[in-house]
Amino acid sequence: MNIFVILKRTFDTEEKISINNGKISEDSAEFIINPYDEYAVEEAIVLRDQHGGEVTVVTVGSEEAEKELRTALAMGADKAVLISNEDLDSQDQFTTSSILATYFKEQEFDLILGGNVAIDNGTGQVGPRLAELLNIPYVTTITSIKIDGSTVSIDRDVEGDVEKIETSLPLLVTAQQGLNEPRYPSLPGIMKAKKKPLETLELDDLDIDEDDVEAKTKTVEVFLPPKKDAGKILSGEIASQVKELVSLLRTEAKVI
Amino acid sequence: MGKKVLVLAEVRDGELRNVSYEAIRAAKEIASDGEIVAAIVGAGVQSLAEPLIHYGADRVLVAEDEKLKNYTSDGYFQALLQIVDAEKPEGIVFGHTALGKDLSPRLAARLQAGLVSDITSLEKVGENVVFTRPIYSGKAFEKKTITDGIVFVTVRPNNIQPLEKDENRSGEVTPFSVEIKDLRTIVKEVVRKASTGVDLSEAKIIVSGGRGVKSAEGFKPLQELADVLSAAVGASRGACDANYCDYSLQIGQTGKVVTPDLYIACGISGAIQHLAGMSNSKVIVAINKDPEASIFQVADYGIVGDLFEVVPLLTEEFKKVLVKS
Ligand SMILES: Cc1cc2nc3c(=O)[nH]c(=O)nc-3n(C[C@H](O)[C@H](O)[C@H](O)COP(=O)(O)OP(=O)(O)OC[C@H]3O[C@@H](n4cnc5c(N)ncnc54)[C@H](O)[C@@H]3O)c2cc1C
Ligand SMILES: Cc1cc2nc3c(=O)[nH]c(=O)nc-3n(C[C@H](O)[C@H](O)[C@H](O)COP(=O)(O)OP(=O)(O)OC[C@H]3O[C@@H](n4cnc5c(N)ncnc54)[C@H](O)[C@@H]3O)c2cc1C
Repeated sequence: MNIFVILKRTFDTEEKISINNGKISEDSAEFIINPYDEYAVEEAIVLRDQHGGEVTVVTVGSEEAEKELRTALAMGADKAVLISNEDLDSQDQFTTSSILATYFKEQEFDLILGGNVAIDNGTGQVGPRLAELLNIPYVTTITSIKIDGSTVSIDRDVEGDVEKIETSLPLLVTAQQGLNEPRYPSLPGIMKAKKKPLETLELDDLDIDEDDVEAKTKTVEVFLPPKKDAGKILSGEIASQVKELVSLLRTEAKVI
Repeated sequence: MGKKVLVLAEVRDGELRNVSYEAIRAAKEIASDGEIVAAIVGAGVQSLAEPLIHYGADRVLVAEDEKLKNYTSDGYFQALLQIVDAEKPEGIVFGHTALGKDLSPRLAARLQAGLVSDITSLEKVGENVVFTRPIYSGKAFEKKTITDGIVFVTVRPNNIQPLEKDENRSGEVTPFSVEIKDLRTIVKEVVRKASTGVDLSEAKIIVSGGRGVKSAEGFKPLQELADVLSAAVGASRGACDANYCDYSLQIGQTGKVVTPDLYIACGISGAIQHLAGMSNSKVIVAINKDPEASIFQVADYGIVGDLFEVVPLLTEEFKKVLVKS
């Protein structure tokens, strides 16, 4: 089976966020594989081990994304592709999915896995957009996938309810937490990853004209939420704290 | 010049979700003086159309087909595409719900449109509409515009105030006949979870429990508090993973994103993935025995203490004062 994972390098949002020159500051920021994409990588490896074939991880990003691709290779993926976005002035979900679609139209694929949402920009658009551009079915926020021949059985999380879905390959799915527990790269895995193929493609290599993938949306401002006043931590006897809280919620916060 | 804007109304358990009215309000801003056309898609949904007019839609299209009974991306996409082809809207608004998240990117891709997802507010700036949305797990916000083509957005539930309901408003409700071809994904079964009562994403008050409640039994005092406040009960991932409650109660990045007026977090530490789902709440109360817990950093009011002592006292106190008023 030809299995692909679309993977995004993201800012670790557990870190402190600050703004510099109207942009989220990337100095001293930690970057990681988007957590939901880690589930996708893990599932891809498990499915390959069951059904045979190859796992290719693909990202659209800067040179630095090589680090996250190597991590995926160290987990057990076979090949990686970095499509460089350095020639782009603007990039939104339209851009990213159009570039990925151009790449995939030249590939033979059975299954594409992605994350259900990127934790930094957080739109969840790229997976479904890509599936539409490739004219294949997709299922988002999956928590289980079983493949039997060309029949695919999926559990999909819908706001806590579970949909049991049947569909077929070729297919795109996006991972929800609960799909699996991603493995940590092992030391031998890390050593092997250094020798695994990692191909870098420029937009030219894909015959993409920047104007054709120009972003349809524009970010005009980025800002931090107004600093909340430090909350009131109540003190005294618990019973009197409770009385005070109820009174504050009624008279000060006016929410009850 | 006004724009024609299409709103997808969403039905759940035979009722319209509030986010449908919020979407109409957003559409109104985008449309200026243009027309708001609401669409309802499903089977047996005709009778739900009227309130959409009362909340500001000018017309309602009802697209019914047995194949649209359960949501599938393929079925709804075909219906929406046929509606868009017929109506040629210049704007489209969906709710940012499981359904809206799944469907909107596909429609945007087909229409070669930009899509601003998960907006919490919008404002007119000259000719443009500027949309605000949370990014970085809610730690920051961005303002976006759509520079080219259809203006397509999804609205986060419970953030945009619907228009006043006006039962005297009238408008046409017309069937829209759709032709639904084969579905490539088939929903065999939907396993509904126990979540009863208030839809978490629409709740005004939420009492939420974490691993600190220690057992399924431990949710009882929270439920009692919720009953007194007519609130919904929510949970952290920690509580769901430990089997204290069902995943349908989960709040956060993986679970539901909520924006109630009041969020009472009991025995929840305040991990970023949890905060991503609730930090926009108007007022946050934290009850936790660890004074260092990060939940206190986002809380407006905090009580450091044992939730099993604090929560029942709160319930009693609310009972007292709410009876009086
Ligand atoms: C000037 C500028 C520069 C930017 N540079 C970058 C950049 O270097 N890299 C970048 O990713 N974004 C960049 N962006 C942001 C870009 O607009 C979005 O982050 C990106 O298109 C994905 O959208 P999202 O974050 O909403 O992802 P979502 O749609 O939420 O992502 C869902 C899933 O899609 C897949 N996916 C998302 N993005 C990618 C990707 N780039 N490659 C492969 N799979 C992906 C993953 O599986 C992910 O889990 C830039 C934006 C601007 C304005
Ligand atoms: C990709 C990803 C997605 C995730 N998505 C989500 C999500 O959507 N939602 C979510 O919630 N989490 C999510 N998580 C998990 C998150 O990181 C935390 O593990 C989780 O939120 C912790 O739950 P908790 O606060 O209930 O448990 P804990 O962190 O164990 O906290 C329990 C708290 O209870 C307090 N406590 C204990 N006993 C008492 C008592 N008697 N009285 C008062 N206080 C008491 C303790 O002091 C502690 O602060 C996600 C994680 C990942 C990696």
